[in-house]
Amino acid sequence: MKSAFGLPRFTLWQGLFVLLTVAGLYATYLRVFHGLGGATNLSNQFPWGLWIGFDVLCGVGLAAGGFTLVAVVHIFNIERYKPILLPTILTAFLGYVLVIVALMFDLGQPFRIWHPLVMWNPRSVMFEVAWCVMLYTTVLALEFAPVVLQKFGLRTPIRLLRAVSIPLMIAGVILSTLHQSSLGSLYLIVPHKLHPLWYSPVLPLLFYISAICVGFAMTIFESWHSSKAFGRQLELPLLASMGRVLAVLLSFYFTVRFVDLYRRGALHYMLENRLESWLFGLEIALMLLPMLLLFRVRIRWSPGALYACAVMVILGFVAHRLNVSTTGMEMGSGTHYVPRWSEVVITLWIIAAGFAIFHFVTKFFPVFEEAHPPRRVPTLRDTHVPAPGD
Amino acid sequence: MSEEAETTSVSAKALLYDATLCIGCKQCEIACAERNGLPYDDAIAGETRLSDHKLTAVLAKDDKFMRRLCMNCNDPACVSVCPVGAFQKTPLGPVVYDSTRCIGCRYCVLACPFQVPAYQWNKLLPIVRKCDMCSDRVAAGKVTACTEICPTGATKFGEREDLIAEARQRLRDNPQNYVPHILGLEEVGGTSVLMLSAIPFGEFGVRTDLPHEPLPGLTWAALSHVPDIVVIGSIMLGGVYWITHRRDEIAAAEATEKGRKS
Repeated sequence: MKSAFGLPRFTLWQGLFVLLTVAGLYATYLRVFHGLGGATNLSNQFPWGLWIGFDVLCGVGLAAGGFTLVAVVHIFNIERYKPILLPTILTAFLGYVLVIVALMFDLGQPFRIWHPLVMWNPRSVMFEVAWCVMLYTTVLALEFAPVVLQKFGLRTPIRLLRAVSIPLMIAGVILSTLHQSSLGSLYLIVPHKLHPLWYSPVLPLLFYISAICVGFAMTIFESWHSSKAFGRQLELPLLASMGRVLAVLLSFYFTVRFVDLYRRGALHYMLENRLESWLFGLEIALMLLPMLLLFRVRIRWSPGALYACAVMVILGFVAHRLNVSTTGMEMGSGTHYVPRWSEVVITLWIIAAGFAIFHFVTKFFPVFEEAHPPRRVPTLRDTHVPAPGD
Repeated sequence: MSEEAETTSVSAKALLYDATLCIGCKQCEIACAERNGLPYDDAIAGETRLSDHKLTAVLAKDDKFMRRLCMNCNDPACVSVCPVGAFQKTPLGPVVYDSTRCIGCRYCVLACPFQVPAYQWNKLLPIVRKCDMCSDRVAAGKVTACTEICPTGATKFGEREDLIAEARQRLRDNPQNYVPHILGLEEVGGTSVLMLSAIPFGEFGVRTDLPHEPLPGLTWAALSHVPDIVVIGSIMLGGVYWITHRRDEIAAAEATEKGRKS
């Protein structure tokens, strides 16, 4: 890994990244010069596909670790999670930037992306999401800014940021609450199109809880990966207790999910032998299995099993969002949608770019700073005197 | 803001399409293409779906016909979902679209219960196309292009209230000719296009299972809580912050006091 920029030594991942970039550039050419019709399988019957269903709906959700952990560490003042806070904020920020990149591909008129700033429609969920995403991306940038400023020795702006840090963090959590749930509200307008296994008046609540769940799952996932990539020790006690929180949150999610299905009289759709019911089953299984496992202490304290649970929750979350945006929309729109290769390639390319940028940033900025000296076991009594305004 | 969502605009003008009078001549398709500056030929005449180049379509099933066009809803989903307010419901009835605002998110295409708005999938700077009930002609006191050309009076233009009364009268007078339903009277809160058919609308793929409440209300039920979340959320989070950090301060103060005593 030492000669990361050495020409002859390509790793498998670097090779894949180059291949993906070539394919991605061609897909971008198709999108730009042949329109959405030339690069996607979208149609008037099925106007939102993989780029909205995965890149936007899942992208925003998978970045939920940022606001979850900020709330845990700074607002609930549970300081022991601090070592994994910065990498999570960085992931969230990159996540949102990449969502905006994906939107530039998906919007028919990408250069008008700023229009919601000046052309208002407060009745539109999309309008609210646009504002929240824009503001929250700014908040994330400001939350990460001290790391960059520190590197260049700019003390004054850091002091300014410190002064507004608490309102900033609270604003971040509020903005996230609003748009994470509003991504679900986007589908409230299509009761006639979305399959009853997914259409529900509580979609905003389900999107919100599942975003918090996946926020924890992503934090476990990232910590595991960065411990591998950077040869750091895994903060197992922290992650194990997160696994416990995740199990409790998941059981809350399932309670809401199934009480809602029962109340709407939609439970019987589960038993039909249709694509919808099978994919519903997959979605539920991918979240139910890790929930049951995470209630066991042996699972939580085994890094491999904990990681596997986190991956399942992430996949289950992705399955839910894709079921809402594609599986559930097929029957009502009377068509079948399978993404074109160029949609898949652009999506994978954006994900790969996310990994690459994360790696790059962590190389140059002390994201894992606090864990670099071998983690000191807390002494019996760490008298902590809080600095004013810290 | 909430009052805004609850007012359902009562549209003055409307269209009544009576399928039993339609002879499937497709003159309305031609007039529509002409008025909207769209091409028209035999191939397009054969298309049965609304698209960016076909804003109205006459469908045939044996000797029965049905017309498809924008229903120009009273409380339209497209108007409510558009993040940049590109759609407007005009007091006269037409739902108009300002393409210079459009960012191309296609939420209108997704949300429309009648699957009407069509996107220009193969253009480099695409916009949405849909029938706007000839808003300029209606504003000028004229009838729509499709009404003007219709040789049998199957498409009729007038006051919405009058047309509803007339549709009811026709159903009463000749119940054997019709399915007993006025499409657009109640669907999604009513529309500015009303339709009568000889055979079930479903045979032409037109949905009749739509809710009678305007769809934007479903969204508003969630969206109207935004101010509550902001206010209550801020207070709660601020409170939690204060409590959790106060605990630390007290603990620290006690620790120093203890240190001083010993």
